[in-house]
Parts: sequence; structure tokens; C-alpha cells
Amino acid sequence: MTGVSIIGAGMLAVGEHWSRSIGELAEEAGRLALEEARLTGADAVIVGNAYCATLNQQTQLGSLIAGRLGLVGVEAWRCEAGDASGGVALRAGCLAIASGLLRTVLVIGVEKSTDIVGAARLAARNTSLDADFETVNGATQTALAALLMRRYMHENNLELADFAGFSINAHRNGSRNPLAMYRNLLRPGVFSKAPMLADPISLFDSAPDADGAAAVVLTAADAAKTFNAPAVHISGSAIANDSLMLQDRADPLRLMAASQSAERALIQAGLDQRQIDLLELHDSCTIMTALTLEALGYSERGQGWVWAQQDGARIGLTGELPTNTFGGLKSRGNPSGATGVYQAVEAALQLREGAGDNQVAGARHAMIQNIGGLGSTVATHILSAAD
Amino acid sequence: MTLPMRGIVYSRTQVREAPAGFESQAPYQLALVQLEDGSLITAQLTDYDEDAQIGDPVEMVTRKLTTEGERGMIVYGYKFRPLIK
Repeated sequence: MTGVSIIGAGMLAVGEHWSRSIGELAEEAGRLALEEARLTGADAVIVGNAYCATLNQQTQLGSLIAGRLGLVGVEAWRCEAGDASGGVALRAGCLAIASGLLRTVLVIGVEKSTDIVGAARLAARNTSLDADFETVNGATQTALAALLMRRYMHENNLELADFAGFSINAHRNGSRNPLAMYRNLLRPGVFSKAPMLADPISLFDSAPDADGAAAVVLTAADAAKTFNAPAVHISGSAIANDSLMLQDRADPLRLMAASQSAERALIQAGLDQRQIDLLELHDSCTIMTALTLEALGYSERGQGWVWAQQDGARIGLTGELPTNTFGGLKSRGNPSGATGVYQAVEAALQLREGAGDNQVAGARHAMIQNIGGLGSTVATHILSAAD
Repeated sequence: MTLPMRGIVYSRTQVREAPAGFESQAPYQLALVQLEDGSLITAQLTDYDEDAQIGDPVEMVTRKLTTEGERGMIVYGYKFRPLIK
């Protein structure tokens, strides 16, 4: 396979962009990435977005966004896999470059969630669940995650406070990130007292819906040096799926697609998970972090929560396994279809030693993992510093 | 394929933030029920006076789930209630 490199990256502040359209957000992120790559266009624009049809009454984002960037006559289209849309778009870009058919690809993740609120937004996001067996029964993504967390707590005899360190770590890292949505620190003790969304999942456990856009420019690794731009290598790229519904899984507490996609990506990169210097995980809820750490082989089954102990010190920026170094979904925010591309930009900054106050010293390899639903689509990429 | 009508609560939550179509019912209990043949099914719990517990025996009943559209077409489906001994 032809190697793939990121030669430009850009991202916007995550938050509530009420005065700007989905096209504006995507255009600005795209321009930032192109400028860094010293390009004015690309052979293709691949957009990661989850809910434009139901949140924004807009489809054909590829054409909409490429047109705003002044790119006509290229190919431009959207990838959708729920909250994994951004990671899937990145994978599509890797396939396009590795095939040799395209020389440059602009991957843009974008989501505009906050123009509608409350029950209407939940219904719009519920399109990523099974309509006939989950949504019709009043399920939401958070409620399904709550079912996983309650079961996990039951099997492993845990309390709510045992998960606090995941959120505390996310906010500690996010407080240093000027682009994060919630930069407040989370005090130990308040986690267990937060209002419940679907018990045991509370406001301080679940990541906030957000607006945002992020972009990367991809080209072949052997061509990257000709662009005179800072390059980061994508050394592994894989997607795996699992049953859409929890009820169809033999063991709902095992995120099989997280394991399988990570295993494939690690094999491609020629690494094992102990050589990964930092993780950007899909912490839509703390239970997802615990289950993911188990799926990736950092813990035995039922032990992933242990990483949250001591306020998450072991997964902090100077810990043994730095995780969600810019705040993750919990603090940086979760702009659904853009989230996977934010992870790529954040990891690229780490590997270029451009992460500022969030820098993980000496980082060479980063794993980023973007999850759709409760693990039904998982895109895993490994990014490595250029030699 | 016919599924068993009885099972136990595999996991449960109380949904406070409900999607459109379910706001008037919130809070309501949602569960994964493990049926007697081992299969799991996603469903609301009904006829409970308190929080359900993992392991509670339950049985299927037909109930109104929601209404659809301006004309309020009723959507019927299954829920699970505590097993009446």
C-alpha cells in the first residue's frame, strides 16, 4: 500500500456557532488545512458529517462545501456513519490516496448541532440507532450507553465515583485548549452529584453536542516532502463494524469493532499498543472510555475503569498513557461528524510538537479512534511522526 | 421465529432526556431484557412503582409506545412489566 501523509491540518473552536452556517464552518476549516499545505485546491473533497439531513435539512454537503472553496470539477462527497463519520471520511481519503487514483484529498469533518435543541435534537440524532427496535421504544444513544454502564457497574461492583477520573482528565486537558467548548476544571466530588440524563449517566459523564469543523489534507507519503509543508504519516487505517444494536451482540460489554479496527491498524503500522504514545478516544460517555481501554488491550475485561483512579493521573498529559490530550469529546466537545477529524488534527499537532500547552513530550505514535453509535462503526487510525 | 414472553432485566436506566415523541412520558424506564432463550431485547419497562433492578423477572405486554403525525396515529408495541406470580 502507498503510504499516506497529512500535509495540512486546521480546526475551528468547538461550541455553539449560531451565527454561521454549516457551509461557512466547513469552508473555513478547509481553507486552514489547504493554507498549511500551501495548496489552493485538491483533487477531491471528502466530507464527514452525521446528521445534516435531519439537523440542517441539507444534503449534498460535498458539492456545497467544495463550491464554497471555489472547487468545481473535482469530486466531492459525504461519508456518513453516525458519530464515526469523520473517521470514516479520513479512511475514505486514505483509500483514495493509497489507490494512487488521487494525488491530494481534502478531508473535512463538520457538524452543526446546536441550532435545534432538546427533544427535536435527540430525535434528529436518533437516526443513527435502529428505527424499528430501538428508537420506537424511546431509546437514545445516551440511554443505551447507560444500559452498558449500569451492567458494567453491576458486574464489577462499581460506584459512579469510580468513573469520575475520565471526565476530570478530559476537562484538565481541555482547560488548556483554547478551542475547547468547556474549559472549566471538574472538581473531584461534583461528578457523582450532577443531574442525570439517563442514570447512571449524568451531565458530567456525557459529552456535549457541539458545532465544529476540522480538516486535513492528504497526499502520498513519498510525495509529501515535495509540498514544503509539515508532514505526519498515517501509518495505520482501519474500520470495523459490529451489530448496529446492542441487543444483537453476544457480549454487549465487549466493543469488538474497537478491538478489530485497532488490531488491523497496529499491524499495518508494525506496532503493538504499548508503543503508542497517546490516545484520542471516543469518550461520548465515560463507560465508552472504560470499554475501549479494554478493547484495545490496555486492561482485562472489567478493569478499564481502573485508569480513572487518582483523578485519571495515569492518563494525564504526563501519565503513562496520555488520553484525550485536547479534552476529548467531553471537554473539547462532540461535533459528531467532525469529531474524528478533530482527533486527527489534534494527533497531528502532537506529532509535530505543535500542541502548545497540551503537548505530550516526545510523542512519536498516536492512536485515534472514532465510534459510531455504541461501537457499531469504529474507525481507528495510527499517526506517526515524520522521520 | 417466536421469542419467549418472559425474561429478566439485563440492565436498566431511567430516561430523563427524551426524544421527540416521548417527552410526555419522561421519565421512563428503558431496559435490555434477557429472554428465557438468552436473547436480548430493547424495551421500556411498565407497571413499575419503583426503579427496576438487574435480575428482576419480567413479562411482555402490549402497550401504546407513542403517537405519530398530526392525526396522532397510535403506535403499539411491546413493553415488559414485573412478572405477576
